Amino acid sequence: MTIKYTKDHEWVRVEGDVGTVGVSDHAQHQLGDVVFVELPEVGRQLQQGKEAAVVESVKAASDVFAPVSGEVIEANADLENDPSLVNAGAETTGWFFKLRLSNPAELDGLMDEAAYQAFVEGQA
Amino acid sequence: MTEASETLKTTPLHSLHLELKGKMVPFAGYDMPVQYPLGILKEHQHTRAKAGLFDVSHMGQVRLTGEDPAAALESLVPGDIKGLARGRMRYTLFLNEQGGILDDLMVTNAGDHLFLVVNAARKDHDVAHMRERLKGKVEVELLDDLALMALQGPEAAAVLGRFIPEAATMKFMSCLPATFNGIPVIVTRSGYTGEDGYEISCDKSDAETIARALLAEEEVEAIGLGARDSLRLEAGLCLYGHDIDETTTPVEAGLEWALSKRRREEGGFPGYEIIKDQLANGAPRRRVGIQPEGRQPAREHTDICDADGRKIGEVTSGGFGPTASAPVAMGYVDRAHAAVDTPVQLMVRGKPLAGKVAAMPFVPQRYYRG
Repeated sequence: MTIKYTKDHEWVRVEGDVGTVGVSDHAQHQLGDVVFVELPEVGRQLQQGKEAAVVESVKAASDVFAPVSGEVIEANADLENDPSLVNAGAETTGWFFKLRLSNPAELDGLMDEAAYQAFVEGQA
Repeated sequence: MTEASETLKTTPLHSLHLELKGKMVPFAGYDMPVQYPLGILKEHQHTRAKAGLFDVSHMGQVRLTGEDPAAALESLVPGDIKGLARGRMRYTLFLNEQGGILDDLMVTNAGDHLFLVVNAARKDHDVAHMRERLKGKVEVELLDDLALMALQGPEAAAVLGRFIPEAATMKFMSCLPATFNGIPVIVTRSGYTGEDGYEISCDKSDAETIARALLAEEEVEAIGLGARDSLRLEAGLCLYGHDIDETTTPVEAGLEWALSKRRREEGGFPGYEIIKDQLANGAPRRRVGIQPEGRQPAREHTDICDADGRKIGEVTSGGFGPTASAPVAMGYVDRAHAAVDTPVQLMVRGKPLAGKVAAMPFVPQRYYRG
C-alpha cells in the first residue's frame, strides 16, 4: 500500500488497482470548516489533474483534482451527512472517492509522504 | 503575498492579532484577521452563544462640527438627523443623484458634534464627499487616532457591565461616554451581528489594554472577519460593495426603514424623486433572502433563475450559516419574483440548485430593548 500526494494537496492511497482519494490534513487546515462536498458520480472517468470534486468551507469553494486517472467506483456517502469529517479525519474517514486506476504509472510523478511534507514546509 | 502585505495598513491591535495567531488577510487596505485558531464556524457560534470581540478599527470614525452639522448632513443622507436626540444614533446612507448608495454609516448625536462610523473601504471617499458637498458648513475630521472594537453576543452586556456598570442598561442605538478601567471611551449599544452588543471607541494607544481586559473575561473570544461576515449575513444585514452599492437604491435594497418619515415627505436628499417614485410604485428589483435546498452554498455572483431557467437576478452574498445550520444567501431578483417562498433555481457551477425566496433575517435579531 502506498500513499502519494499532489502539489494541489490531494492524496491517493493505492491498494491493488484501486485508489482512495482525499485532501491532505494540511489542506483541510487551510480550508477551514468544511460545510459541503460535491463528489463525482460512480462510473465517471476522471483525468489526472482535472476537476473531480468540490469542497466548500465556510470561506469558499475549492476544486479538488484527480491525482490519477481512472473510473470512479465509490463516493464517500458519509460526507453528505457530515462534511466535517474532512476536518476531523482528512486522510482517514474524510476520504472523498475511490477509483480504479487506468494508468498506474502516473503515480510515479507524485510525491511520497516525506516529499510532500517538505513541499508543504517550503510553501509556508 | 509578502510584497502586498508590506503596503497594507495595520490597526492598533495588529500585534495582538499576531500574538493570538490570527490568520491575516488583506481587507480594505488593512492586514486583518479573517479567523483565529478557533475557526470561523466556532467563532460564529461562540458569538451567538456568549460574546465575541472584533477589531473594527479599520472603519472610519469621523467627527462633524459646525453651526448645524445635522442640517448639513441631511443634504447627503435620507435619515432624520436633526431629530436625533443627544446620545442617540441612527443607521443611514450616503446617496448619489440617482438614489444609489455611496456608503452606509452610523450617525451619533454626540452633543457638540456628530460622530460617524463609515466603511473602511469608503472612508476616504466619504470624507472627500462631505468636504466637497458640505464645504463652508461643517468641518470634517477623520479621527485616525482612534481605535474601534465591537463586543457582540448575549453575554456582552454582562461582560462590559463589569467594567462600565451603566453600559448594561443603556438603550439600543444609544451612546455613552464612559471610562473603562480609568481609560476614556465612547460606548455605543450597536453592532452588525444581529446580537446585542457594543462598539467601543478609544484612543489607539489604549486599544490593546482594553482588548486584553475583555479577552481575559471567560465569556469572550477574539473573532475574525470571516465570522463577522457569516453573522451579518444570517442577520440579513448588507455588506457595502456586495449587497448595496452605487447602482442599488434603498428601496431596491429593502432599506425603507432607513428612510425616515419626515425625510420621505420633505425630501432634500440626493435621488429623492427616484426614491419617492419607487416608494409609491415599487422598485424594478428587490433584495431578498435566498434559501438553497440541502447543504450546498450558493455564493456571490451565482445566477438566480426562475422555474423555467430564465435569469431573474444574482446572489450578492452567500455562504453557510452556522447558526441556521444551512446555506443562506441574499441577492436581487426582479420584483415579480420577490415574494417569500417563490421557488428559484440557483446556477451553481453550471448546475441548477433548487431554492426559494426566504424571509430575512435567517436567525432572529436579539437587540436589547430594555
